[in-house]
Amino acid sequence: MSITQYIFWFLSFLALMSALMVVFSRNPVYSVLFLIVTFFAIAGHYILLSAQFLAAVHIIVYAGAIMVLFLYVIMMLNLNQDAEPKKKTYVRVIAVVAIGLMLITLVGALKGATVNTPELTRTAGVGTVETLGKVLFNQFLLPFEVSSILFLSAMVGAVYLSKKNLQ
Amino acid sequence: MQLISGIPLIYYIYLSAAMFSIGALGVMIRRNAIIMFMCIELMLNAVNLLMVAFSSYMGDNSAQVFVFFIMAVAAAEVAVGLAILIMIYRNANTSDTEVLNQLKF
Repeated sequence: MSITQYIFWFLSFLALMSALMVVFSRNPVYSVLFLIVTFFAIAGHYILLSAQFLAAVHIIVYAGAIMVLFLYVIMMLNLNQDAEPKKKTYVRVIAVVAIGLMLITLVGALKGATVNTPELTRTAGVGTVETLGKVLFNQFLLPFEVSSILFLSAMVGAVYLSKKNLQ
Repeated sequence: MQLISGIPLIYYIYLSAAMFSIGALGVMIRRNAIIMFMCIELMLNAVNLLMVAFSSYMGDNSAQVFVFFIMAVAAAEVAVGLAILIMIYRNANTSDTEVLNQLKF
């Protein structure tokens, strides 16, 4: 096995284990911290796939902004005690069975499929900042500008929603 | 660039499927609305990872731009969602989804 494969297996293991810990840890603060570990593992996968720009954006947006938001809300709501009641046992069993069946279906559907991987031609620099910037500001200029309106409305909405008395 | 040689594309599909399933499982078995939000983020990230893997193997830049937009939408969604959650908590004093079974307080 080459070093790349070792890195791949390590990152996959890390991502899946910490994703499981997000779901199963009792304390919400631990969930957030494990989610950060998952995000860093995914960023490592992006680097492995030579998508450097997305790796940087992923770390900045997720680990930098969204996770701080989550931690801040958990702090505001004072959820750091293990007071959360569990769902009823039969609901949990049904959920696990349903998700297991979904996973089996997904894997089974891929069993006979031949993923047609082309030879790694690696057209000069897929995923670098330069090429992505060119694509983003030529081909996808309008969606880019529309997303700024989305952000503005999200910001206004968030500020308005968290006002003390809405009436 | 021989970075991803030796890892078949199918491994990334399996990894994404597993991560998506874990996220869906979390949405189903947890009662805390914040944890459910985090599991939705997990599912979004599984899809993003799959898209980046395909983009990288096919040598296409557009998919990575789509992932960029998905991240932007996810950030906006989290900001609004957490604001709604704070408002609900202020009114109902809980974030337990089994208690929050009314449309109006």
